[in-house]
Amino acid sequence: MDVSPSVMTDPIDALRDRRADFPILGERVHGRPLVFLDSAASAQKPVQVIDAMADTMRTQYANIHRGLHWMSERTTDAYEAVRDQVAGLIGASAREEVIFTRNSTEAINLVAHSFGSLMRPGQAVVISEMEHHANLVPWQMLRDRTGIELRVAPITDEGDIALDALERLVADGKVALVAVTHMSNVLGTVTPARRIADIAHAAGARVLFDGSQFVVHRRVDVQAIDADFYTFTGHKLYGPTGIGVLWGRRELLEAMPPFLGGGDMISSVSFERSTWATVPHKFEAGTPAIIETIGLGAAISYIEAIGYDAIAAHETALVDYALPRLAEVPGLRVIGAPAERGGVISFTMDDVHPHDIATLLDRNGIAVRAGHHCAEPLMRRLGLSATARASFALYTTREEVDALASTLTQIRSFFV
Amino acid sequence: MDQDGLYQRQVIERARAPVHAGPLEGATGRGEGTNPMCGDRVRIGVWLDADGRIGTVRHQTRGCAICLASADMMAGLVAGQDRIGAATMGRDFTALLQSGQGGESCPELRVFAPLHRHRSRIRCATLAWSALEAALVEAPAGTPAGETKDG
Repeated sequence: MDVSPSVMTDPIDALRDRRADFPILGERVHGRPLVFLDSAASAQKPVQVIDAMADTMRTQYANIHRGLHWMSERTTDAYEAVRDQVAGLIGASAREEVIFTRNSTEAINLVAHSFGSLMRPGQAVVISEMEHHANLVPWQMLRDRTGIELRVAPITDEGDIALDALERLVADGKVALVAVTHMSNVLGTVTPARRIADIAHAAGARVLFDGSQFVVHRRVDVQAIDADFYTFTGHKLYGPTGIGVLWGRRELLEAMPPFLGGGDMISSVSFERSTWATVPHKFEAGTPAIIETIGLGAAISYIEAIGYDAIAAHETALVDYALPRLAEVPGLRVIGAPAERGGVISFTMDDVHPHDIATLLDRNGIAVRAGHHCAEPLMRRLGLSATARASFALYTTREEVDALASTLTQIRSFFV
Repeated sequence: MDQDGLYQRQVIERARAPVHAGPLEGATGRGEGTNPMCGDRVRIGVWLDADGRIGTVRHQTRGCAICLASADMMAGLVAGQDRIGAATMGRDFTALLQSGQGGESCPELRVFAPLHRHRSRIRCATLAWSALEAALVEAPAGTPAGETKDG
């Protein structure tokens, strides 16, 4: 795949040809060309991913690990190769530190259940005010189950984590884990991960980052940010649904009890002995999402071939284009002004309800999200019940941002 | 803009200037409908007369234009109905939203028929009816709380 964009090219135009990789972008909705601005919810899939999954099912598929036949071994190789790819993608020091889960939610639940079982009453977990429910509810459940304390780090009015407040929250040394997003799915805030990790570590706490949004747009280096756990989901990264990743430091994973267990996991004698007793298999009970994992591998190959530099430059240029363009829409208010914003823009428009905005955009072929974005406490913090959200992917164009802005102007005149 | 007529002028106007919005002093039945998908919420206050007919309905709605207009039109429509009449309207309305057809007992609400092509928005229109149903469960027949028949 020759996708290296020239450094002289406009970063948005540089990826324009990649749209051809996404067959669905040629579809029409309500008679209009599809303008897909809901990639933060789930990204569309390139043919490279679609073909990899279909080819697996057509030519090279069997259950993995336990099979002793050629087809199983080849499929195992393909599946395990993705573990290496993920390790390389995020800078893991060992492939065994990569655990496949169903999604980021399951990865966080795994940590809450397993790492959480090592916590004692009196210890605490700190999250932030802008967490997705996926990084909130599992900790509430842990609190209710074990009697730990759940503390919430406030955000500023701009939408950044208040680091001074975070420092105070961990100061008593009782915090076992700081679990925060690496990029907000509502505000687009890119959080200062290394700074947060330093604050956590200085107080003796471990740190988990929910990277579901971040990994789509920027290269993750778990060593550089000094993370202890990192989670992301495949379907936002142009891969399929049903596959996510938990990365954790090996010594932590080894100290943690299994999450899901079963007789199959520890008593099988027909296959690589001790597999289930060591990481990562200790945390991968049952037949995993084989085809989806291979699909994730294809997605990572696709991303790596384009390169995060080009992807990040595209995103930054698009956000820089979109913010002033949207500001031209009368009555439109972009929510938050974080120090660093990824390709997610939430907004309101006068008193027009986000659901009405989304429905009328949809009638014009434009897909956005509207609602609380699985972040109800954040909505309350912002004094809102809902927002509309446009989110960008590597296939998003200036013209699509223009279509959004001009259609929003029409919608406003319809209501106001 | 709105090619399939979901946002008819009547809906927009009603959402913009509802006539039955606000708290109901002396309500004997209160109910709430919420949509966890979006955080929208309709609170209904109601009282029934001595014959068990709906006297007054007021709504406090935090929601979209569909939700708001539906709540307001419902509040006007069910006044004078007994529980069975209101329930019949609610059922007819739900069937109308699902099929785009029917609505015999509530022809005024046919303005919402295009919603049958927007399945994800049907709950917006039925939220008020859920809240009314809850309010009627607890509302006794009689006069508004705090008042007597003698005034």
